[in-house]
Amino acid sequence: MEPRPRSFWFLAAFFALFVAFLYGPIVTIGILSFQGPQGGLTFPMNGVSLHWFADLFERQAVGDIWGAFRRSLALGLMVMVVTVVLSVMGGLAFRRRFLGSGALFYLIVASLIIPSILVSLGVGLIFNILGWTVHWASSGFGAQLTWTLPFGLLIMFAVFNRFNKAYEEAARDLGASAWQTVRFIVLPIIGPSLIGVALFGFTLSYDEFARTLLAAGSYNTLPLEIFGMTTNVTSPVLYALGTLTTLFSFVIIGSCIVLAVVLRRRRAKLGSDAGKGMV
Amino acid sequence: MPVKGLIGAAERTSWLLVAPLVAILAFFLLLPIATIVMVSFWNYNEFTYFPDFVLDNYAYLLTSKVTLATYLKTLKFMVLTWVFCTAIGFTVAYFLAFHVRTLGMQIALFLVCTIPFWTSNIIRMISWIPFLGRNGLANSALINLGIIDQPLDWLLFSDFAVVLAFVHLYVLFMVVPVFNTMMRIDKSLIEAARDAGASGLQVLTNVIIPLSKPGIMIGSIFIVTLVMGDFITVRFMSGGQSASVGRVISNEIALLQYPAAAASAVVLLATVLLMIAVMLRFVDVRKEL
Repeated sequence: MEPRPRSFWFLAAFFALFVAFLYGPIVTIGILSFQGPQGGLTFPMNGVSLHWFADLFERQAVGDIWGAFRRSLALGLMVMVVTVVLSVMGGLAFRRRFLGSGALFYLIVASLIIPSILVSLGVGLIFNILGWTVHWASSGFGAQLTWTLPFGLLIMFAVFNRFNKAYEEAARDLGASAWQTVRFIVLPIIGPSLIGVALFGFTLSYDEFARTLLAAGSYNTLPLEIFGMTTNVTSPVLYALGTLTTLFSFVIIGSCIVLAVVLRRRRAKLGSDAGKGMV
Repeated sequence: MPVKGLIGAAERTSWLLVAPLVAILAFFLLLPIATIVMVSFWNYNEFTYFPDFVLDNYAYLLTSKVTLATYLKTLKFMVLTWVFCTAIGFTVAYFLAFHVRTLGMQIALFLVCTIPFWTSNIIRMISWIPFLGRNGLANSALINLGIIDQPLDWLLFSDFAVVLAFVHLYVLFMVVPVFNTMMRIDKSLIEAARDAGASGLQVLTNVIIPLSKPGIMIGSIFIVTLVMGDFITVRFMSGGQSASVGRVISNEIALLQYPAAAASAVVLLATVLLMIAVMLRFVDVRKEL
């Protein structure tokens, strides 16, 4: 291997600074959430305690964060399932051109880049005019899908762009029906990518704020609850909550990455029996 | 005509597959926009808003000096954020794509960059408080180093903080597409440039930057729309002191002046679409997947 050029070390240092910039603040509030009971929002640490985490479990101190957490979790799972299913269906459909496919593609891109406040305002207005009550599981659910579906679909488009159609043709030649081809050939091959789509679906919903704001109704999701807290809570309990919910996200992301790696390894091990046959 | 019948069946299958998607986007994207356009012509009083056809909302909006000032301010945030995101995003992507040598390491470092994207934006904003506050880490460090004697007031709750938070939140939207485009650059092109006698800098400016342009454009589209429509980062990081187009809309909503908010939203949408239309002239999104 040729030796590293000098620019490598400069860029590596830049990258390290970049990572510090990305993670520094969140690590800081992670540390500060262990403030002593008398401690404030900034350093120095006034003792070390679990006081602020304990506060989170007392209903009176911080409002209904556990209810908000349960709602965000349920909503995240709903959005995740719908995003995965519709993204796979959309990915399958978009493998060939059909009437309206070009327009639909631009609609999907538009859904991604439209300023979120328009979705929030528009969905709120529709429900208001129709006399329906906005609720996180109806209007909030739909508003979030406009944000997660484009990500899921774009991932699936990229996956199917790299998909080798020879496998399907082989299955068809062996007499598999269209459904059998999808079920036993296509889905197992794209399986690991679906974990990525699921991860996007869940985390983007779990953290979504702008599109849910006017569409969630009287029961807040967790990000809305946290934002409400920023205006009236000025103690490290905010940091404790931030630390916990970020840890929760990290656990979800970590599990998805591990699962994807395991699936890939297993496929590498079991995927091909070339050269292992009897003949 | 059996062949034609077959094509019809395939077409029908495609439509069935996208039908739920179309239904969701129609009801939660197209209909909301249509409703906003409609309501922007409605009228309102202190208590409610009602169907009408008035141009007052637009007339007020387009003649108000506040509107111009707000747009200029938002554009300033956008340009600054874009400059920093592009410079930082390009450098990071360049390092990952061309200086990290193994694919495993590339994927690992890329994941390190993208993980914050899957965590809460609001928490990430809050986490700047202990850094930038009057008694925060930045001020104590600067005082201890003897660079300043008084804590700086403009670190938190200022335009500086707004741009810093924007860059922190959105730089990933530049890193990811630029990295994606760079990974598809044929390495033999770079070798060819070297063999033809190009210096490292010349390879960068004559080969890599031109070939990375589609990625930069996609990242720019994200950053333009995210910053132009933002109402939460500006409100939180400026401590409520700075205005932005998104904040104007959200304030009008808070005052229940829905037709006024709708008119502002229509103007914002038109502005953003105009900017994107210009940028899309330089890139074919479908080719980039």
